[in-house]
Amino acid sequence: MAAPKYIKGKEPHKSEYRMIFRNVDRRGWDTSIKSYIADGGYKDLKKALKMKPQEVTDEVKTSGLRGRGGAGFPTGVKWGFIPPNNKKPVYLICNCDESEPGTFKDRYIVHQDPHQLIEGMLISCYAVGAKVAYIYIREEFPEGAKILEDAIEEARKKNFLGKKILGGKFNCEIYVHRGAGAYICGEETGLIESLEGKRPYPRIKPPYFPAALGLYMCPTIVNNVESLCNVKHIIAMGGQKYAKIGTPRNTGTRILCVSGDVIRPGYFEVEVGKITMGELINDVCGGLRKGRKLKGVIPGGSSAKVLRAGEKYTIGTGESERTIGINEIPMDFDTLAACGSMAGSGGVIVMDDSRDMTWILNNINTFYAHESCGQCTPCREGSLWMKKITDRMVSGSGVPSDLKTLTSVGDNIAGRTICAFGEACAWPTQSFVAKFPEDFKKHTSRRNAGKELNPESKAAAAGLKR
Amino acid sequence: MEVSRELNNQANEYISHYPNDQKRSASLPLLHLLQQEYGHINEESVNWVAEKLGIEPIHVLELVTFYPGFRQTAPGKYHIRVCRTLSCAMAGCYETMEKFCEVAGIDRSKVSHHNPIAVSEDGKFSIEFAECLASCGTGPVCLIGDEFHESVKADNVAEIIEKYD
Ligand SMILES: Cc1cc2nc3c(=O)[nH]c(=O)nc-3n(C[C@H](O)[C@H](O)[C@H](O)COP(=O)(O)O)c2cc1C
Ligand code: SF4
Ligand code: FES
Repeated sequence: MAAPKYIKGKEPHKSEYRMIFRNVDRRGWDTSIKSYIADGGYKDLKKALKMKPQEVTDEVKTSGLRGRGGAGFPTGVKWGFIPPNNKKPVYLICNCDESEPGTFKDRYIVHQDPHQLIEGMLISCYAVGAKVAYIYIREEFPEGAKILEDAIEEARKKNFLGKKILGGKFNCEIYVHRGAGAYICGEETGLIESLEGKRPYPRIKPPYFPAALGLYMCPTIVNNVESLCNVKHIIAMGGQKYAKIGTPRNTGTRILCVSGDVIRPGYFEVEVGKITMGELINDVCGGLRKGRKLKGVIPGGSSAKVLRAGEKYTIGTGESERTIGINEIPMDFDTLAACGSMAGSGGVIVMDDSRDMTWILNNINTFYAHESCGQCTPCREGSLWMKKITDRMVSGSGVPSDLKTLTSVGDNIAGRTICAFGEACAWPTQSFVAKFPEDFKKHTSRRNAGKELNPESKAAAAGLKR
Repeated sequence: MEVSRELNNQANEYISHYPNDQKRSASLPLLHLLQQEYGHINEESVNWVAEKLGIEPIHVLELVTFYPGFRQTAPGKYHIRVCRTLSCAMAGCYETMEKFCEVAGIDRSKVSHHNPIAVSEDGKFSIEFAECLASCGTGPVCLIGDEFHESVKADNVAEIIEKYD
């Protein structure tokens, strides 16, 4: 396999490690199965089919792969949760809802390399014993859904999919299922309800862990697009070799999506933990606009707690304990958790000192208020309440007690709801108000009463050259 | 309601993607088909889906009212969805929205949570805000029908609108 060449102006940055995104923006590349096979595609499926399903799962366990959808749960371990004496059909669902604000990676896999996903899914189906798999794709990817459907047909013609795959005993079908514009369908149990043709009301865990009681109350494995693509590469190189990419406990690569106030936003596939926040922002993304200083970063999708420039974090334990600043944070699951936030979905949103955090939080709160499914009172009422408060702050009618009210509403949602959306909507408010009180106080002082304080001026936006 | 043979066949194909006793799973795919065909979902469409799947119409209607992707009112010939969420907002999507309305002659003063779509007087364009379209690095972004547009600054709105005839 020759090293790929990339479209001019879209070449990967030199710190990247392109594995999953090998074919994204590749020169002369298209989504056809011809391109894919010419490049060695579907070889790993053949290899996997010669192994025992359990051996495939074991390789995934050895690789240390952690889910790329948000929670970072070990994929191989999740697969192992299917009850051993199960007699019901097993389903695999690819979560392609990609709707966490700040995240844009699955989009490119689906639009530019659909066969990689299909191959990863087929190998995963074989490992977990699924004969039917669904790709739940957000409705706003109409072209992506079409590309996937065409790719599935191509794969069927070559007998990579369907009955008696490659002349063996394995049968497997993959169907594309389009969502309809609701963020909560990204939550795996909400997704399952949606796939059953219902409102996407998340189910309570326990007992409804999908691996035991999922789609149609059958064992169901839900994995993110990027996670499933990784499976293909794990089989290609073996779990042990894969585990050497990245850092211990944080293996493999990760696609970081950077947006906001940087010169060159975009997607960058890097070894997990081998790059720091500072390198990502200043080298890979070309730094901030001229004369601007870093104010804060949301490191893992809009639900992740914000990090403030100038903060200090203590990471590691015992002898390896050390104190670091925001620029020194290695971008991995464990360190970001130790810093009080999370790696989440890989969506990094950068804010410079032209931004007013009340305005930023108001935008985030509007999202969550719109997307709460409404089942749990704290989430339904709380998300809307937080939005109403920040609404009134940015329109110049904040009152001094607003900061306290915001925090207390947030505190009363997290941990009191059916699904993790509760935390997702509370964390931004809790962290922004605690870390940037001066921005919020500005909106509650008498002096500013009635004034619309919106430094998101046209000028700030115009300064972002895209 | 009479639907075309083609649409009916497509509906049957979708239904076959799910186990025989789980036809209800085809609700969303069928609603998409009808919305694609008629522009929005009305009572007749709801009843058609319910009958096709052997479920109560309320179980279809509750989907139409929940999912933002389904419309109960007719959109314009071209329906525009502008991303409203953080990264796009930081890149100026509110100005983009204003410009779209100005160029296409749309009045958004009456939109609300339950009635998010505004249509131009001539019926050619309709518009609404959508939440994060998963392209935050190239914002502001929007969908016009099924076509995706990146870096849609207020300055290039007029040029884009012109392409839709
Ligand atoms: C509110 C909410 C939204 C979510 N949205 C997504 C999403 O858009 N895509 C995704 O892959 N996972 C999403 N997740 C995580 C899924 O519930 C699930 O953990 C994930 O798909 C599992 O795949 P993984 O183990 O491969 O990461 C979301 C979770 C929550 C609580
Ligand atoms: S936490 Fe929110 S989104 Fe999750 S089930 Fe409860 S109301 Fe729905
Ligand atoms: S914020 Fe607009 S695409 Fe994500």
